[in-house]
Amino acid sequence: MSLVSNEPFHFYTRQNLTYLTGRKARNLQELLDGIREAPSATIYHHTHHYLQQHEFLSPEPPNDFAYWITNVLQNDVLGERIASIDLRQYFRLHDIKSKIINVIEDAIQKGSDQTCTVPAGEEFHFMKSQTFVFPTKYIAHNLTEFRECLQSVTIFSIYYHMFESRLRLQQEFCDFSYWLSNTLGEEQLAKEVMKLDPYTRTLENLRQALVRLVAKRLDENP
Amino acid sequence: MTMLRDYEPIVGSDIIDELELIASKLTGIVIQNINSTAVGGGVAEILIRMVPLLQELGINASWDVIKGGEKFFEVTKKIHNALHGQIVHFTQDEMDLFIETNEMNAENMELRGDILFIHDPQPIGLIKRKNGLGRKWIWRCHIDFSCPDPFIWNFLKDYIEQYDVSVFSAPSFARDLTIPQVLISPSIDPLSDKNRELPQEVIDQVLERFNIDKNRLVVTQISRFDYFKDPVGVVKAFRQVKKYIDCQLVLAGGGASDDPEGTKVLAEVREEVNNDPDIFLLLLPPASDIEINALQRASTVILQKSLHEGFGLTVAEALWKAKPVIAGAVGGIPLQIAHKYSGLLTYTIEGTAFALRQLLQNPNYAKKLGENGQERVKKNFLITRHLRDYMLLFLSLNHKGEDIVYL
Repeated sequence: MSLVSNEPFHFYTRQNLTYLTGRKARNLQELLDGIREAPSATIYHHTHHYLQQHEFLSPEPPNDFAYWITNVLQNDVLGERIASIDLRQYFRLHDIKSKIINVIEDAIQKGSDQTCTVPAGEEFHFMKSQTFVFPTKYIAHNLTEFRECLQSVTIFSIYYHMFESRLRLQQEFCDFSYWLSNTLGEEQLAKEVMKLDPYTRTLENLRQALVRLVAKRLDENP
Repeated sequence: MTMLRDYEPIVGSDIIDELELIASKLTGIVIQNINSTAVGGGVAEILIRMVPLLQELGINASWDVIKGGEKFFEVTKKIHNALHGQIVHFTQDEMDLFIETNEMNAENMELRGDILFIHDPQPIGLIKRKNGLGRKWIWRCHIDFSCPDPFIWNFLKDYIEQYDVSVFSAPSFARDLTIPQVLISPSIDPLSDKNRELPQEVIDQVLERFNIDKNRLVVTQISRFDYFKDPVGVVKAFRQVKKYIDCQLVLAGGGASDDPEGTKVLAEVREEVNNDPDIFLLLLPPASDIEINALQRASTVILQKSLHEGFGLTVAEALWKAKPVIAGAVGGIPLQIAHKYSGLLTYTIEGTAFALRQLLQNPNYAKKLGENGQERVKKNFLITRHLRDYMLLFLSLNHKGEDIVYL
């Protein structure tokens, strides 16, 4: 492979510590109020932690709000609407929050029972995440090394560069597609990486899809 | 002695690498754990494993135990019961004894940690030294806090709010506090006698010793004989299933003989069992980890029909062995079982019987639940995850209020 970049790709990884806020919701109205007042770290936690904890079950359940609405409130229609919000199209947690609020408000307006209260022990508990970002030993100077690194890093590193970078940069592209395009000049590959929908794959499956895309590109230009 | 790298075949080298990476950010920091007992009980069990692993990661971790007389521990047992929601009356003398014992320990203990990691209510009063010493203080609550007695809650709250951070095991234990509350689930050790792989002959020997037929279906609940674990309900559910399916029931637990309530529960279970030859009531001595492991591994389905539960690590133990589990939706159990994905959650005797019939008659479905459950435990409830969370907790003390921390 002749393409050698000047700026290597440094792989980072991230880990989350979960905080309990002490706030809970017993019905749809309380859930809505809680979401309205929730900080970004809470919206992030409830829409993203499932991706790690349940990766072997992906694509469901997709987020905590949808899971609770469907399985505890047993409002299947609203649960499905929350679950199917296309998180891929949002780059800011504030926009994700607004969308969720809109969908719940719309459901209440159309007659969803907002006061039906769940039994004690089945309340929705609002939490939030604190994210710790660490540099790893993995550094790629070219596509071949990039593929090797992808195979070796943890799924938490893949997660960081695919999910969190979009929210951090508030852009459509992720760290991988940005580097591939702007440093290696691999625009087509960058586009293909951008087209991957990370929210409907397991993280391991996502890793394999990335590796396949890079391998295919390397095969074209051995 | 188990070393960190011994976990590599189970969780992967990448996970161990990341533990080393996180630990590298804690170099030079002294962590001092303090609890009330060096042996026995869940907290000691965790610290016995956790402290050497932290040390192996290069962290200066140590563990000390407070001193207290018999009467002090009688009071702390009452506090424990009150936190579980029992109505308990405390005399002024008892509260004075609790305070005095804590003050005596606070004065005499060498508090050398940069981080003082205090476990459970017994040593909670050591926080009195914070004013003079400074340092960072963590209060780790290992017990069910979902409906504490208001008197004891208010008494402890004054202490808790002097700490820098509190740690609870399940979301339902969260309280209204002025300090941050971190969620850290407990964990199991996949290399311990209770959870490690066993040769088939060891499993067979255990079954033979208890006269359990290895060629017939086996349903098991491992737990103390305690009303909260509903062993009578388990027998009733089993009887409903037995009408349709030939199977055996194993109810195994220990520690009942010196517990007046346990003896009473056991007598009620015996009456319900009524000498049924297909029900095995096993009173196991304390050092029975291999037997428990073997019984779990020999089971077709495992029950944990709890009515109240702290975290319910017996569920994680069963899931780790890829067993289909039916459990009560209480305490920390819903964290471990996503209904119909990694097990079944039930609320009643009838519901438990129905779920049991489903799983016994659909082995492929049962197998899938067990496999998902094992994967869930691997990702979330092994000691390596616990170790990671504790290290992040230590790091968080210098980054209060920051959503994202770059290290």
